Amino acid sequence: MNELRTLTFDAIVVGGGGAGMRAALQLAQSGLNTACVTKVFPTRSHTVSAQGGITCAIASADPDDDWRWHMYDTVKGSDYIGDQDAIEYMCSVGPQAVFELDHMGLPFSRTETGRIYQRPFGGQSKGPDNPTQAARTCAAADRTGHALLHTLYQANLKAGTTFLNEWFAVDLVKNEDGAVVGCIAICIETGETVYIKAKATVLATGGAGRIFASTTNALINTGDGMGMSLRAGVPAQDMEMWQFHPTGIAGAGTLVTEGCRGEGGYLINKDGERFMERYAPNSKDLAGRDVVARSMILEILGGRGCGPNGDYVYLKLDHLGEEVLLSRLPGICELSKTFAHADPVKEPIPVVPTCHYQMGGVATNIGGQALFPDKDGGHTIIDGLFACGEVACVSVHGANRLGGNSLLDLVVFGRAAGIQIEKQMREGYEAKDASEADIQRAMTRLNRLNGSSEGTAVAEVRKELQATMQLYFGVFRDGESMQKGLKLLGEIREKVENLYLDDKSHAFNTARIEALELQNLMEVAEATAIAAEVRKESRGAHARNDFADRDDENWLCHSVFFPADKTVGKRAVNFAPKTVEPFPPKIRTY
Amino acid sequence: MLVSVYRYNPETDDAPYMQDIHIDIPGGKDIMVLDLLHLLKEKDTSLGYRRSCREGVCGSDGMNMNGKNGLACITPLSAVVVDDKLVIRPLPGLPVIRDVVVDMSQFYKQYEKIKPFLINDTPAPTMERLQSPAERAELDGLYECILCACCTTACPSFWWNPDKFIGPSGLLQAYRFLADSRDTATHERLSELDDPFSVFRCHGIMNCVSVCPKGLNPTKAIGKIRNMLLQQAT
Amino acid sequence: MVTSITSFGRSGLYDWMVQRVTAVVLLAYTIFMIGYLLFNSDMDYMQWKSLFECTSMRIFTLLALLSMAAHAWIGLWSVTTDYIKPTGLRFVVQSGCGLLTFIYVVWGIQILWSV
Ligand SMILES: Cc1cc2nc3c(=O)[nH]c(=O)nc-3n(C[C@H](O)[C@H](O)[C@H](O)COP(=O)(O)OP(=O)(O)OC[C@H]3O[C@@H](n4cnc5c(N)ncnc54)[C@H](O)[C@@H]3O)c2cc1C
Ligand code: SF4
Ligand code: SF4
Repeated sequence: MNELRTLTFDAIVVGGGGAGMRAALQLAQSGLNTACVTKVFPTRSHTVSAQGGITCAIASADPDDDWRWHMYDTVKGSDYIGDQDAIEYMCSVGPQAVFELDHMGLPFSRTETGRIYQRPFGGQSKGPDNPTQAARTCAAADRTGHALLHTLYQANLKAGTTFLNEWFAVDLVKNEDGAVVGCIAICIETGETVYIKAKATVLATGGAGRIFASTTNALINTGDGMGMSLRAGVPAQDMEMWQFHPTGIAGAGTLVTEGCRGEGGYLINKDGERFMERYAPNSKDLAGRDVVARSMILEILGGRGCGPNGDYVYLKLDHLGEEVLLSRLPGICELSKTFAHADPVKEPIPVVPTCHYQMGGVATNIGGQALFPDKDGGHTIIDGLFACGEVACVSVHGANRLGGNSLLDLVVFGRAAGIQIEKQMREGYEAKDASEADIQRAMTRLNRLNGSSEGTAVAEVRKELQATMQLYFGVFRDGESMQKGLKLLGEIREKVENLYLDDKSHAFNTARIEALELQNLMEVAEATAIAAEVRKESRGAHARNDFADRDDENWLCHSVFFPADKTVGKRAVNFAPKTVEPFPPKIRTY
Repeated sequence: MLVSVYRYNPETDDAPYMQDIHIDIPGGKDIMVLDLLHLLKEKDTSLGYRRSCREGVCGSDGMNMNGKNGLACITPLSAVVVDDKLVIRPLPGLPVIRDVVVDMSQFYKQYEKIKPFLINDTPAPTMERLQSPAERAELDGLYECILCACCTTACPSFWWNPDKFIGPSGLLQAYRFLADSRDTATHERLSELDDPFSVFRCHGIMNCVSVCPKGLNPTKAIGKIRNMLLQQAT
Repeated sequence: MVTSITSFGRSGLYDWMVQRVTAVVLLAYTIFMIGYLLFNSDMDYMQWKSLFECTSMRIFTLLALLSMAAHAWIGLWSVTTDYIKPTGLRFVVQSGCGLLTFIYVVWGIQILWSV
């Protein structure tokens, strides 16, 4: 048991989603000895579910489109706590990253002139002075994530990337200098535990939407990367910021894309009223997601919800006609029939705001290097640790992500992390080997679980955790109920520390994996709850009844959760883009 | 209802067996087979199956339900249960790792064989390669494949020659690249396929078409590959 | 590309074409024979004999015979590769089939030209 087998690479990428595979591709092409470690076969990663598209100013729908307009929208969408240098980088490098995807073979939908088709998405304008709705989201029908993920996997096959498929990363290994030098991982098929040694470890483990009971996220979105980094003492940024997507199918949680509204669909209440006209007179149904989600909840609370319990509203699409629906939104028609028993061609889809996206995560710089923010607002770089994709917080999404910006984030910063690692390795980056004690430290959690002889069952605690988060930390929050929620979380934590694993077999033991995942969910939930309680204002996705307004004086900043003492600090937002004037905070209306 | 599940744990079982479980569905609702598996797993955590997106797009939970391959997450009980009974087995024709989890290596290997990536040796433009909506429409019904293996493991030709016959899924993808106006390797791709096994072991049994959860038609794609081979040879 | 030295044309496409073409020939021959028998339902041995003495009929029959042989070989080859996995045994069975086919062809020709 003591002697773990060691696999050695220059760099490993934990995660085979869009971000992970884009990073792996960059590394494989650079000739570094790289492995992509993923707990599911890469094309089963959550990116596959992304529907609507990837937002980017490629100037197809509008030849005059400008990445600076995209940048403005993103800054505004973030409610001004997105870092403007990072947003500038993403929006300006974006087109190149998207064209690369086309060259790799991504089957984008096309315009008559043969260019990539772009559809309108929420929060898109033609710059600070022109609120005209733009169409900037590049799409492959309503299966963009699927197309993107498969294309990246294919490109990786072409490049000869090494994949460790169905391997589960458990915890990070740090050497005596505090540098990350790989991780402990379990080969799920055989149950063997190994130490994967690497000079660079990229976390690309995606989001943790499963901390909520109702979520659009895949069952595998359990925040493993966040769990690993928090346990390794790495602070987390903006964890209170969770996006609730306006249109999750009521009851099932499965998503219907914002592209539905981009293509002309709209929301109605039980009186058949298009209520978004009241809340966002200009952008209506295509206002920011946080705005639409809150308006929906207000309709429902105001007794204008649909259905027998009045607990959802309808998304109306039938007026678009069968032809448009089947060519532009074929996947949605399928999903709606399966999960809502409603054929969008004939009837509206019942929808409710549903947990969708984690804006916060591991703070990184533009090169994907993980940062260690300190309590005085400064930060240091954590050697050997990188993060990209949903697990990272660069931060381009701030307090609210715009639709289609995540896929762009994945490919732009996945690529950037690869480039950064390549550069460091070429410059001769070295790290001390981990000692046996260092490795054993990373084994603590797994050893406890494998040795457990009693405790609580995973499924039970997981349900309790998800219900608590849903109830006390959902779309609307307030101090008193969050206090209550925090107390409950404290009790749940005790159970999570004391989980019982009854099946200790090796071959494809999913019970062990689910237990480890639950512990990660716990870390994320706790960081979320504590940060949410501390941020005493409403901004973007974080809406408090007791502090209903944005408070730029005190909170125009990132929150930082310190796992060591479970406190929350602040970190300045970047307002210094390199090539354009910064966008100063304004009142956010749509 | 009665659920009969295929069980096998290589560490403790000498041979696979069927486990019969009586279960009441809460509220008598028409849940998906995957939800049913979750219920079973709450009671017996040792039950092994794959799952991820739970909405039919990731292709993890392909299995055999009352004799027919499909995705557990989008198959409602009402669509498969007969006489209040459901038999759940792993996908046929692939080695079983544990319970309903199969070893998919052979399936992936066939996929890799067809060079599933765009090949274009002309220098890339600084923007996207143009493609007309009509050319793009050629890819519809092909690129949507989620590699769930429902089709390939329902194909007798694959059962007999898993190492040599590419199988419907792989061939669908082979045609996806043959049909892409941006791909320039048509000739090489076709030459790779022109042996008695890779394509021609398809005998048009059409099992693949009837099980594909995405409604795709590999048989048609295989026919098109054959036509392309024919055109190239004559 | 899967290589296979025992297949008929070594190319999947070639085998497949041969399979279709021979099938057409066999179909035509069958239709002709059925038609002929129907229209001459009171046929006697002499008439039968004279039919096969005609050169064009001999050529047609020979074509059908060769088609049958090719068709059978490709069919049997693919059945044996499906069901008989041990290479040695498969080779023996395939050789047996090949030999039999050859014998039938020669024997058929002999009969045809001895009429
Ligand atoms: C339904 C839905 C629709 C969406 N639509 C859009 C859209 O239209 N446009 C848009 O821009 N964004 C969209 N998003 C958001 C976007 O899809 C995600 O944010 C993005 O896909 C996350 O990608 P990722 O690469 O960071 O992680 P993921 O794709 O989630 O991949 C995570 C990877 O990490 C691996 N992993 C996790 N934990 C471990 C571990 N412990 N050990 C080993 N491997 C591990 C997993 O196997 C997986 O490969 C959508 C999201 C949802 C839920
Ligand atoms: S049509 Fe071809 S590929 Fe499909 S099941 Fe039949 S033999 Fe297999
Ligand atoms: S063709 Fe259909 S059944 Fe076959 S792997 Fe693809 S999605 Fe699955």
